[in-house]
Amino acid sequence: MSETVLSLKNVNGWYGESHVLHGVDLDVSRGEVVSLIGRNGAGRTTILRAIMGLLERREGRIELKGRDVSSAAPHRLARAGLGYCPEERGIFSTLTCEENLLLPPVTRAGSGMIVPLSEIYEMFPNLAERARSPGTRLSGGEQQMLAIARILRTGADILLLDEISEGLAPVIVQTLARVIRELKSRGFTIVMVEQNFRFAAPLADRFFIIEHGRVIDVVQQSDLAQRMDEIRRFLGV
Amino acid sequence: MTEIFGVPAQVLYGQLLLGLVNGSFYALLSLGLSVIFGLLNIVNFAHGTMYMVGAFLAYVLLSPLGLNYWWALALVPVLAAGIGIFIERTVLKRIYGLDNIYGLLVTFALTMIIEGVVRVYFGVSGLRYPVPQALTGMLDLGFMRLPIYRVWVIVAALGLCLLTWAIIERTRLGATLRAGTENPKLVQAFGVNVPMLVTLVFGWGVGLAAFAGVLAAPLMQLTPQIGHSIIITVFGVVVIGGMGSILGSILTGLALGLLEGVAKVYYPEASSTVIFVVMILVLLVRPHGLFGKQ
Repeated sequence: MSETVLSLKNVNGWYGESHVLHGVDLDVSRGEVVSLIGRNGAGRTTILRAIMGLLERREGRIELKGRDVSSAAPHRLARAGLGYCPEERGIFSTLTCEENLLLPPVTRAGSGMIVPLSEIYEMFPNLAERARSPGTRLSGGEQQMLAIARILRTGADILLLDEISEGLAPVIVQTLARVIRELKSRGFTIVMVEQNFRFAAPLADRFFIIEHGRVIDVVQQSDLAQRMDEIRRFLGV
Repeated sequence: MTEIFGVPAQVLYGQLLLGLVNGSFYALLSLGLSVIFGLLNIVNFAHGTMYMVGAFLAYVLLSPLGLNYWWALALVPVLAAGIGIFIERTVLKRIYGLDNIYGLLVTFALTMIIEGVVRVYFGVSGLRYPVPQALTGMLDLGFMRLPIYRVWVIVAALGLCLLTWAIIERTRLGATLRAGTENPKLVQAFGVNVPMLVTLVFGWGVGLAAFAGVLAAPLMQLTPQIGHSIIITVFGVVVIGGMGSILGSILTGLALGLLEGVAKVYYPEASSTVIFVVMILVLLVRPHGLFGKQ
């Protein structure tokens, strides 16, 4: 088993008055792809937001590469190697496609995880064509590609991807699946929240099943086939 | 003598020039106000006060310290930005996330406090600041004579406005700023130290106001009230131009200054209200302002 790069211990989180995360325990190893699956409202997106320091109130312990980052500000977390792709994609309308792409500062120049701009444009040729278009004029698929591409050139080595396949055409979802495999082969650690289980199933090494704001089970890729019925029943699909 | 709609051309040109000068001040102030509102979400009532502080700092640098106008132009914006940063770090940061009305109330209170302090030390009778030697005299264009100092004010103010516009619209830092205006939390999640950015932007905005104050110092009687009398008009400008639009603030500031000038010639009674009449009309037709986005 390789080094644990991200671990959550008994993490609780709140939106205003409502208690959403109830003691999340989770750990991710270097180079691993894990998927958080569960029904809508189970708290998967909130877990990513909690990791990224974006909840107003949070308790529990979060460690990044062995360091306690439970009270670190979001920009410190980014500089420690987290790259965040939010569910709503977060494309800035007053910035062009290329300005969006270049927005996140290169925070870890020596990490060896930087994907150069030329390779990003190879991975996502549409973004090169649309470089000068305002960010929100891009199609949904292009916006999603931009949201992922944006965090690949900063030196981040742990990617938090929230619902990247949501609402996209099948051909684009296939492209994204190829991208995830490519990123894994480059050594990125990936935590993805997915509603689309068929998208996540072949990609992830482990699946954390989330319900009522906690992890209720962990399924290895190797056990997936025999537990498929159980998972489908759980997800209600 | 040439007349334009029954008014001597010289008089009209003179008022238009005055209008442009006032418009330049409106542009500088509304630019700062608009950038601050964009990133901090605070309606900074104290913005006019920082303009007043700029003028008084120039005065203080001159008489006890012997530092002339050019020193004031360079130092005062920096000093004022320092004061602004201190205020942002100690007071304003406590009210982020609260309703806009708190920002307005807090900055209104700051206005009262700072004006009170200035009144205690300098009184209300009005002080004079001399026009710098190098900029005295007139420029003769043939059809009219321009006071050199007023021309300088327009050039300097618009130059600084355009510099600010270029930084915001054409640089990486500016892109970060625009993104921070849209979604500060996400920008911070990308590794940008947004709290620091907010502090610097506030300092820059205050610096612009103080720069305008130094420019204005030789043109008027310095009293502690000059700040809040201009800020009301500048609020009108920002509402008409649309919050958050840089170019909109600059163009609207100039246009409304000119409009005031024209009103002074043809219907002086309306000159102090014409901006607010325009404001009401614009709000009826385009509630987000001429250049504002939905």
